[in-house]
Amino acid sequence: MKQEKSIVVEHHNFQGEYRILRLAAASIGPRVKPGQFLHLLIPQLGERILRRPFSIYKADAEGVSILYKPVGRGTDSMKPLHVGDTVDIIGPLGNGYPELGKDKFPVLVAGGYGNAALYLKAKELPVKGVAFFGGRTAEDILCVEEFKALGWDVRPTTNDGSLGTQGLVTADFDPWMAEQEVQSLELFVCGPAPMLKAMGDRAIEHDFTAWLSMDENMVCGVGACLTCVIKRKTATGWEWARCCKDGPVFESREIMWNE
Amino acid sequence: MNKPNLEIKIGSMVMKNPVTVASGTFGYGPEYADLVDLNRLGAITVKGICPEENLGNSTPRTFETRGGMLNAIGLPGPGAQGFIDTYVPFLSHYDVPVIVNIWGKKMEDYGTVVEMLDAEDTVSAYEINLSCPNVKEGGSAFGTDTDSFSRVIELVRGKTQKPIIPKLAPNVSDIGAFAKAAEEAGADAISIMNSYPAMAINIDTLRPELANRTGGLSGPPIKPIAIKLVWDAAQATSLPIIGMGGIYEPADAIEFMIAGATSVAVGTANFTDPTTINRVIDGIESYLIEKGHSSAADIVGTVKT
Repeated sequence: MKQEKSIVVEHHNFQGEYRILRLAAASIGPRVKPGQFLHLLIPQLGERILRRPFSIYKADAEGVSILYKPVGRGTDSMKPLHVGDTVDIIGPLGNGYPELGKDKFPVLVAGGYGNAALYLKAKELPVKGVAFFGGRTAEDILCVEEFKALGWDVRPTTNDGSLGTQGLVTADFDPWMAEQEVQSLELFVCGPAPMLKAMGDRAIEHDFTAWLSMDENMVCGVGACLTCVIKRKTATGWEWARCCKDGPVFESREIMWNE
Repeated sequence: MNKPNLEIKIGSMVMKNPVTVASGTFGYGPEYADLVDLNRLGAITVKGICPEENLGNSTPRTFETRGGMLNAIGLPGPGAQGFIDTYVPFLSHYDVPVIVNIWGKKMEDYGTVVEMLDAEDTVSAYEINLSCPNVKEGGSAFGTDTDSFSRVIELVRGKTQKPIIPKLAPNVSDIGAFAKAAEEAGADAISIMNSYPAMAINIDTLRPELANRTGGLSGPPIKPIAIKLVWDAAQATSLPIIGMGGIYEPADAIEFMIAGATSVAVGTANFTDPTTINRVIDGIESYLIEKGHSSAADIVGTVKT
């Protein structure tokens, strides 16, 4: 974990309303593992004082990239960032996705730009399997060609049917799963909580492994403040686990969902 | 010009500079060890410890507000034995005093937790949390009434020779009375202030933003409140004061010292920028040089009124 004054080297529209921000960060870039995140101090955030966490899309020896969509006070305030501006970042944070189990078949499942958090894993995995990407419209399904270029069988689903199958990501996943030797599947999942839960429920019911990247409001990002806690099952009940430090990736069986 | 002497004393505890961290904003030390050189700190103040393991409140536990934040974490922690097993071995490797913030659900807990911790050489002092706004039992219940406030301090005093530092609640009508009561009950210093009881409501759901409904406000919005409380308390007691509340810049810390604080704590700013502590230490030193002072103690309580 490092704190670095990074420099904006690229910042523009990526697709639809989605934007890409690339930062020169020579300390953090080479340390990134797939599934980790950055804690970013947004320079133009005025009277709001807290950092904002972002999944890492790409990373290399020179720096890191994130994909984001302006959806609130924090991300709206990032729009004026220009090439050459300084952005204070802490990272890489959290535990990323684990190694693929022996003889397992990897499956990526993402909702919206959750697949940005899966790109490094998709690249690193020794076997390229199937990638189920869901979104509201075609505009919300990012990076399809990039995942294809890595060798993944990409299956998009959209709520409005503007790309791929119409429906939720499960509309494609469920019939596909029914034809697989399910216990050999290992899922790497990132997206909104209802999708994480849907995939987690299937993993438990059909006895396969699903690694879910949990997203909770964060303050410190380093495990100190105990804001981003979720209930993790224990032998006797449950305990609080910090998404920032103990996660953000948890196996489906660890999570006790709020009813 | 010679470097000014930054060293200060809180009872028998020597701090190499006046700067510590506010309990609850720095975990137990290891969380920030990659980002902050812990040996540079005047002291590490760890998150609140009670005798038993405690789960804390439900989520959401924090909420960002204009210029600051609300928290109602509810003092989750490993308990005294858990702290000794998990964190004391780590902290013992550093050349920095450790102030353990202690709390209890009932009055006896304050004595019990000190009995459990006192043999640990790594524990340098106790900050007595008498002002947490976010736990139903204990906490502020003892800190807003001078009789129970004094009884807790006397109880802890009877259990340890180490410095004891009651942390005062900000929401009292006369902070001076508590400062005086702390001195009479045998405290070595006082710390001012805890977060200020506060609330935020979501106008769409009509529900409070915190699961605990209310929480404590921290960050820059509370600094002027804390400065006044330190100033008021400094006139009522000769005990050293650890001042805190919204310190984001060296100038904030210097202002606390001029108001009467011997030491200062950086809190919410750790979340924004973990390098704040270093900047505050360096900034105090630069200020002392610039103003021609030979020691940090020279500026304490120098406000002209």
